[in-house]
Amino acid sequence: MEFQDGIDASADYEDRLIVPSTDVSEHLVVVGNGMAGCRAVEELLARDAGRYRVTIFGAEPHVNYNRIMLSPVLAGEKTFDEIVINSREWYDENDIDLITADPVTAIDRAAKTVTSKSGRKVHYDRLLIATGSDPFIIPVPGKDLPGVISFRDMKDVDTMLAAAEAGKADGASEAAASAVVIGGGLLGLEAAHGLTLRGMKVTVIHLMPTLMERQLDEAAGYLLKTALEGRGQTILTGADTAEIYGQDKVEGVRLKDGREIPARLVVMAVGIRPSVALAREAGLEVGRGIKVDDHMVTSDPAVLAVGECVEHDGNVYGLVAPLWDMCRSLADGLTDRHTGYKGSVTSTKLKVAGLDVFSAGDFSGGEGCEDIVLRDAARGVYKRVVVKEDKVVGAVLYGDTADGGWYFDLLKKGEDVSEIRDLLIFGQAFAAGGAGLDPKAAVAALPADAEICGCNGVSKGQVVASIEGGACNLDAVRATCKASASCGSCTGLVETLLALTLGEEVQNGPKTLCKCTSFTHDDVRREIVAQGMKSIPEVMQQLHWSTPDGCSSCRPALNYYLLCALPGEYVDDQASRFVNERMHANIQKDGTYSVVPRMWGGLTNPKELRAIADVVEKFNAPMVKVTGGQRLDIFGIRKEDLPAVWADLNAAGMVSGHAYGKSLRTVKTCVGSEWCRFGTQDSTGLGVQIERMTWGSWMPHKFKIAVSGCPRNCAEATIKDFGVVCVDSGYELHVGGNGGIHVRATDLLCKVATEQEAMEVCAAFIQLYREEARYLERTAPWIERVGLDYVKGKLLESHGAPADAIATYAARFHFSQSFSQEDPWAERASGERADLHQHLEPIAIAAE
Amino acid sequence: MTQWIEIGILTDIPLRGARTVQIEGQKEIAVFRTGDGEVFALVNECPHKKGPLSQGIVHGHSVACPLHNWNIALRTGEAQGEDKGCTPTIAVKLEGDRVLLALPERVEEAA
Repeated sequence: MEFQDGIDASADYEDRLIVPSTDVSEHLVVVGNGMAGCRAVEELLARDAGRYRVTIFGAEPHVNYNRIMLSPVLAGEKTFDEIVINSREWYDENDIDLITADPVTAIDRAAKTVTSKSGRKVHYDRLLIATGSDPFIIPVPGKDLPGVISFRDMKDVDTMLAAAEAGKADGASEAAASAVVIGGGLLGLEAAHGLTLRGMKVTVIHLMPTLMERQLDEAAGYLLKTALEGRGQTILTGADTAEIYGQDKVEGVRLKDGREIPARLVVMAVGIRPSVALAREAGLEVGRGIKVDDHMVTSDPAVLAVGECVEHDGNVYGLVAPLWDMCRSLADGLTDRHTGYKGSVTSTKLKVAGLDVFSAGDFSGGEGCEDIVLRDAARGVYKRVVVKEDKVVGAVLYGDTADGGWYFDLLKKGEDVSEIRDLLIFGQAFAAGGAGLDPKAAVAALPADAEICGCNGVSKGQVVASIEGGACNLDAVRATCKASASCGSCTGLVETLLALTLGEEVQNGPKTLCKCTSFTHDDVRREIVAQGMKSIPEVMQQLHWSTPDGCSSCRPALNYYLLCALPGEYVDDQASRFVNERMHANIQKDGTYSVVPRMWGGLTNPKELRAIADVVEKFNAPMVKVTGGQRLDIFGIRKEDLPAVWADLNAAGMVSGHAYGKSLRTVKTCVGSEWCRFGTQDSTGLGVQIERMTWGSWMPHKFKIAVSGCPRNCAEATIKDFGVVCVDSGYELHVGGNGGIHVRATDLLCKVATEQEAMEVCAAFIQLYREEARYLERTAPWIERVGLDYVKGKLLESHGAPADAIATYAARFHFSQSFSQEDPWAERASGERADLHQHLEPIAIAAE
Repeated sequence: MTQWIEIGILTDIPLRGARTVQIEGQKEIAVFRTGDGEVFALVNECPHKKGPLSQGIVHGHSVACPLHNWNIALRTGEAQGEDKGCTPTIAVKLEGDRVLLALPERVEEAA
């Protein structure tokens, strides 16, 4: 207030004379002819039409139109005239002076005037800033090339339509018909959808891993991506734009990973920022937006602001609903009805490319929050309701948004949902319906011909008959009547029927993979292959995961199963790796790491030993130890030093020893016939060959191999996962040994005559183990579970396997290996994923 | 009044991962980024055996300690399930894509 008095005192009286003195009403000048500015005026007129004389400045040459409807205009569903909110007549009827195509460029608060681009100077009593947002332009080279636009106003739409027309012209190149949209948020996807409908080939580049990550969680984002790809768009997530290239106009976009996407049009829709430049230059208080109080008054009491350009109570809004709330509060304030704006709870219900999407409240989870998730893969539906202390606090719906309004209502009212919680996820009709509040009772009340399993058309009567016929657990029901055997979405219903039919006698089925799913390891692996699933989010969606992004049990397992199923194709998810595999070293109790370089077959030489000795000294490693697997283990290395350590070891020709991985660890050997007086074969040489063949492979669990040169077995081959014991007549091949908690001697798999055969059986056995064992199951418990005869039956012709079984499995292993024998240390030493090794910049506390 | 200090931008922290930051005179802090794009900060020590939580698997709003797989809630620092213990949390917030960390009180008093 003191500030205001000061300004009044110093105001130049001369300027005020611009205002006709006959005008009794106060003059309200509105900067911005968009949705917020005009709505505020509408609200004001509704309350007290004669109180203010109104002048509106607009930067665009149009009357006020509905910016949100630009997408349908682009898509060809609406014309510009149809999206006009306030026609010329409205301005005239209300005596509003509309000045278009002439943006305000300066505010003189002392003189209470605004000046426009054309030089027009107008005095105000009250000023309303409604400048909205500016599109955020990412600062990459080429951003100013002709053909690079944003998606904010009618001019942008016209540019896009012109580009689409030009792309259709005879003789136009493919690039001429191609567009790139940078940004996979709502705006970007709408631009992409419109351009696709207009016949352009569209690629969406999105920095984040999933689309619309602000409105949708990962699962819904994944569904959206799949659906858009089905409509012909190319969606590149996790893609970072390096530059927009072209001579005199856009020719394409280059990503940081080197990929190039030719295009004649680039639409930048990475986000919007409150348009605050004018307010800031005028000296108003500005944070992320123009700071306003509950009545939309800025730091200057004569200046108000409303819409996307403001910051209220720390929040900036980019949706329409809050904007309407603000305009009501503003109009109340201007007409002395002091209600005050209290912030808005927002929900987003959208159609993106004809796909229904809804989100509201806080769906990020957190302390005390519980997720109720329903996934119906067959219908493409995903629903997630977040409940905290018996109240709905957030919701994400995809594919079926019919109940969005109901959830939003429960959320805003903060209603206690404990009574309807069990049925909440099924929607209002169900939860409020007469089936009773007990889901068990609801299932019990179903008639015998009610369909339980939609995939296989199984009725309640058939499931009950199957249970009464002896199927006493879920698997047995699946096996006998096929209910719940396909997509699994009716698993809960079948389990309820089991409980209802058998009472307490329900037997627990096989152990599920983890608490996030009702599927077992074997189910998940089978479905990954059968359905051709390609990513962790896809598996979680298709198999109805009950958590948004799994847990530390299922994520590493899924990562392995996908890696095994899709060699060379699946992109390893480092965030789903245990620390040792992510850091390519073994974490120790003090948080430092130990490093084991590979020594093929346990052999080394002076150069390697010198390099190791140098590393120990250079990095002050406090201990070096010979391991049980015939390697040298360097202890006490800090994570930030690991890449430098590896660079030094690489320089001496050494690669990662994978002492940290669910992978081939070591091939231990004895000296064999080359030196030993008892040796029957070259066990060292064979060990080196086997290690060269098997290193780098990812497995369900760690895998150890040994080759002994004679039955004295100095390499302890009979307690390894795969052991070779050389004899005079050839090679005995042993499997399933373990020297750990439960010592298990190997079983003899077979005997072969040549090194080549021994190598092929080794490769085939490993591949069978890779494909069939459960994650974190060593070969010993696996063989105990499936039986040695099963393994023999899969691999050996003498036990019923096809004659080419060994060759077939071995070939699959070799194919997989062709992608996995890159030294992970060399990649890291070259600087990849430096973020995993380096700390953020330390923060020093300045002493005063 | 809390003093906020910028420690980097959101994408400096790997998705479903963490980075560590050292504030002079304080224990190392782990700053996490979850799958839904939120950030959390904890002292980089598991309440069990002081394992570096920054190296654990981040799932939902929890992190599994890399040493013995204790699950720690990122918002509260509390161990989950049967395990008992708590790691101190540090206030952290996003302004745009800038990650801001609250300086501990006693540092401010000393400053």
